[in-house]
Amino acid sequence: MTDTSNLPPEVSPADETAVNQAVEAAIAAFEQASNLDELKAARISHTGDNAPLTLANRLIGKLDKAEKADAGKRMGQARGKMNTALAAREEQLQAEYEARMLVEETVDVTTVVRRRRHGARHPLELLQERASDIFIGMGWEIAEGPELESEWYNFDALNFEPDHPAREMQDTFFVEPADGHLLLRTHTSPVQIRAMLERGAPTYILVPGKTFRTDELDATHTPVFHQFEGLAVDKGLTMADLRGTLEYFATSMFGSEAAIRLRPNFFPFTEPSAELDVWYPNAKGGPQWVEWGGCGMVHPQVLRAAGIDPNVYSGFAFGMGVERTLMFRNGVTDMHDMIEGDVRFSSQFGMEI
Amino acid sequence: MRIPLSWLREYTQLPTDATAEDLMADLVTVGLEEEDVHGFELTGPIVVGKVLEKVPEEHSNGKTINWTHVQVVPDGAPQELEGKGIEPSGVQGVVCGAHNFEVGDKVIVALPGAILPGNFAISVRKTYGHTSAGMIASEAELGLGEGHAGIVVLSEWGLDPEIGTDVRALLHLDDEAAEINVTPDRGYVLSMRGVAREYGLATGTEFTDPAAAVNVPVPNEDGWPVRVEDQAPIHGAPGASRFVARRVDNVDPTALTPQWMVSRLRLAGIRPLSLPVDISNYVMLELGQPLHFYDAEKLTGPIVVRRAAADETLETLDGKTRTLHPEDLLITDDSGAIGMAGVMGGLATEVGDDTTSVLIESANFDPISISRSQRRHRLPSEASKRNTRGVDWHVADKAAQRAAELLVELAGGTINPGVTDIGEAPVAQPVRLRADYPSKVVGYDYTEEQINDVLVQLGAYVTQQRDDSDGTTIFDVIPPSWRLDIEIAEDLVEEVARLVGYSKIPATLPVPPPGRGLTKRQRSRRQVANALASAGLIETLSYPFVTVAQNQKFGAADETSAQTQRMVKLANPISSEFGWLRTTILPGLLETLRRNVSRGFRDIALYESGLVFLPGERIGSAHIPPLGAKPTAEVLAEIEAGIPEQPHRIAAVFAGHDSHPGPDHTPRRYDWQDPIAAALDIADVVGAELTVRQGKHQAFHPGRNAELVVAGEVIGHAGELLPQLIDTWDLPARTAALELDLDALIAAGPDVVEAAPVVSYPATYQDVALVVDAAVVAADVQKTLRSAAGELLEGISLFDVYTGTGIADDKKSLAFNLRFRAADRTLTADEASEARLAAINAAEAEHGAVLR
Repeated sequence: MTDTSNLPPEVSPADETAVNQAVEAAIAAFEQASNLDELKAARISHTGDNAPLTLANRLIGKLDKAEKADAGKRMGQARGKMNTALAAREEQLQAEYEARMLVEETVDVTTVVRRRRHGARHPLELLQERASDIFIGMGWEIAEGPELESEWYNFDALNFEPDHPAREMQDTFFVEPADGHLLLRTHTSPVQIRAMLERGAPTYILVPGKTFRTDELDATHTPVFHQFEGLAVDKGLTMADLRGTLEYFATSMFGSEAAIRLRPNFFPFTEPSAELDVWYPNAKGGPQWVEWGGCGMVHPQVLRAAGIDPNVYSGFAFGMGVERTLMFRNGVTDMHDMIEGDVRFSSQFGMEI
Repeated sequence: MRIPLSWLREYTQLPTDATAEDLMADLVTVGLEEEDVHGFELTGPIVVGKVLEKVPEEHSNGKTINWTHVQVVPDGAPQELEGKGIEPSGVQGVVCGAHNFEVGDKVIVALPGAILPGNFAISVRKTYGHTSAGMIASEAELGLGEGHAGIVVLSEWGLDPEIGTDVRALLHLDDEAAEINVTPDRGYVLSMRGVAREYGLATGTEFTDPAAAVNVPVPNEDGWPVRVEDQAPIHGAPGASRFVARRVDNVDPTALTPQWMVSRLRLAGIRPLSLPVDISNYVMLELGQPLHFYDAEKLTGPIVVRRAAADETLETLDGKTRTLHPEDLLITDDSGAIGMAGVMGGLATEVGDDTTSVLIESANFDPISISRSQRRHRLPSEASKRNTRGVDWHVADKAAQRAAELLVELAGGTINPGVTDIGEAPVAQPVRLRADYPSKVVGYDYTEEQINDVLVQLGAYVTQQRDDSDGTTIFDVIPPSWRLDIEIAEDLVEEVARLVGYSKIPATLPVPPPGRGLTKRQRSRRQVANALASAGLIETLSYPFVTVAQNQKFGAADETSAQTQRMVKLANPISSEFGWLRTTILPGLLETLRRNVSRGFRDIALYESGLVFLPGERIGSAHIPPLGAKPTAEVLAEIEAGIPEQPHRIAAVFAGHDSHPGPDHTPRRYDWQDPIAAALDIADVVGAELTVRQGKHQAFHPGRNAELVVAGEVIGHAGELLPQLIDTWDLPARTAALELDLDALIAAGPDVVEAAPVVSYPATYQDVALVVDAAVVAADVQKTLRSAAGELLEGISLFDVYTGTGIADDKKSLAFNLRFRAADRTLTADEASEARLAAINAAEAEHGAVLR
């Protein structure tokens, strides 16, 4: 005789109580399974080939005809109930498993290092691009010219008298031979002449670029620096247009609270001329007026030098230092930082200024 | 220009309590920019004391000091000052190291509580066994110069003030000066006279003209004979348009300059020297007219103003013998040159302590002539500063008279009745201003009355008429003689705008014609710069000043072209070694790299973009066209032809590693490939086709450098730098670099990108590994494969280069991936294989390649 003590009790498909008990036992086993492996074992023991209800199902055929229909229906319901419970439990355990896997795969996201050192644009370049974009937004264009320039473009065409002290004040780098009359441009203003000769009138241009003066490098001076130069030539332009343009530029550059102030000044190539101060609300050390550049109405002699009739057209021009702008706008206190190329300096800016 | 406040008050309504800051705030509104404040930095009790007792004591350190008692309040008066160390008795015990005084002398005593220049606080202190309560002061300690050794004995200054007198008031040290920046067009503001007028205009208050107060006798024939014989005027302007000479006899040049004058000169930034010199400086500051004083006894014969002869020399006041230029304007007498007009006088006729008769020169010189001479001889001075900006013609006689009167008043002189005054007043040209013009230029509606008021306030002579056609008022304006800058209507517009106020100008925004945005070049330059920054490189800027050797090494591919390379030399470089303009960006960039490495950044990639200077045969053009006229096309073309080519280059350097090590990340070492890859990257960015071939450049490793070729032209080099060069420059090992002509690269990009249709039939991929001689260049093999595979080949890439086991020593294996696709059908494997085979056969034929 085989030992049957470990086998589940045989269930008769006709015995409703026994069937229900088997179902309950199966559902309980599923519930008790704490992971998918245990559930698999419970599934095999309760729905496998040797499971009581499987065996009971096979016995249906042996029942009386009268009992068959009832038993079949009972067994169908019982198996359905059990399978539903199994599926529910499986889904639950699967979800738990997946959740646990995600927890187990957790990493320390702060350990990531840069795969490549980050690069950076030079802030002086970024600032020139920013200014260019502001003016392009207004419909102006960007003009350029050579850095090694003819004295005529740099001085004479701009109404600097040959022996006027204003010429000496520019601290010019000349090149050899002296009778070649070439120099490193002392301002971006020669491009005014080039632009007018090329484009005629009307002309609205911004000229960002490098300029040169024979200053030794210190905290606030450098022999090589940059300017933004603006020139507008059209019919009927006034100093009010100049002021409006500068106000727009200042607020675009320094925020809506920025304001500008004009003070009388002298430049050979503008008349009237003005010094331009900007009210910078975010200055280090509190809001203040900061000297920003020079401006004025284009001198008739300058228009004539470029072949433009001053009786028909008028114009305004302005210029400001890019280094100076960077200094007070971005809190740079020492010129050395801008020219030494120390990577720590540019890296602060990345691609945005 | 420094403005002592007490001086300005003589001619204006400047309030007595106004500070230098207040004054500058007013002056800035009319365009005189504030610069600084100057004062004497003396505060607290500094009084006149009388030495009652003086006991010399020799001390163990070998020094003899005087233990003194000084009385600092008048006889019988109480000491009203209080404070630590102030003796109620009015007699202070003071230790003094100087010996140049005696009992009974009146001296300057800084009492405890006083502060002297340099923030030197006086207090009671124990010294040499005494309690010293104060200091008997010297000139140096008071900040009044280094003139005399020892303490100030007031009797030597001609002073006998009451004991206890406040010294700051006594010596006029309670004044201060405002310093303003005067633009080069406004020479007349380099005088108290000009400043007074501008202050009046700025504040709308009354002012007086100090020149108006001077009465000048009528010129006569008895004055010193003077002739102007300018044999070579510049631009047709005579060297001297006026020459006033006045003689003052019986002068005592050793008389003391009064303290009020000393104080004002000091505040104005001019060192007092001797009474005659001080007077000439004082009058110059007051009226703006530079003067020169000659010792009349040392002059021989008439004064002649003429140009210098060739090789003529002059020993100037500073003791230097100067060789003159034929354009230099001279003051001469029978002995030869006695002064360089308007720049510096001669030593031989200088006024000295033994002078008794002074000849005053007050002349109006041609600014251009003076400007050239002072530049030529590098002699900028207060006088030349005014002469080069132009002096009021009509003030010359007044200034001479004023100086003569001061010599009488202060040096005991008598004015010689002879009055020399030659020259003709320039005819002032009227400037026409239509009443509607200022509004047209400025954009603010000025009334006719406003305009007229401004013109009158300026000192102009104004007549009005009406334009019959439209009724507009026309002003004909003769500018005042001191306003040499007013020449055209626009100059008057500025006067109207600045005196009514720039703050009145409204703001409007002009509407330009529609713009076209950035040009292709501008756009591409930005994209390239951004691409390199995105790839981990940092943009830097360096000066374009280099040495000859640097240009030769990096700017030329070989030694021969280095020797013939043209470059631009600066005439006045900051450093003579770095006196040439760069023909290559690399030296500056490598210098930047080295600086970073020395600061501890050894893993680094940098780039710089900018102009280089490549002169042709001719540098510059001799002809400079005149002002105010458009040159002809030929002249412009000639100017242009003389300007060296300045292409925009970009350079990059790579050293060390591309990143920092980290968990699961090993940095890659930069090598010769990085700059070449970067060049290919930026070519892609601008859409240009760049090919790479083996190169030869003396700055690079001979086996590891590439020529970068666009449209058949070499536009740059890339690769590993020459190891010896890396050593010499002290750069990290294996530093690699790139430099190329960005303009040429961008020009090779398309204006409009032509799009090919995107084919959706599937691709077939096939690999091919070819064994070739080691010397065969991969790019050549790839080129052959590409052309032989026919049009079915969509793409090809080299994915492996192998040497080693299985490959002969002098061979290498190149593995390519080929992507085939047909535009109109799904490609069969046979078709692809056929194309592949054709490619292999061609490689075999052309390069001896063997299929591996």
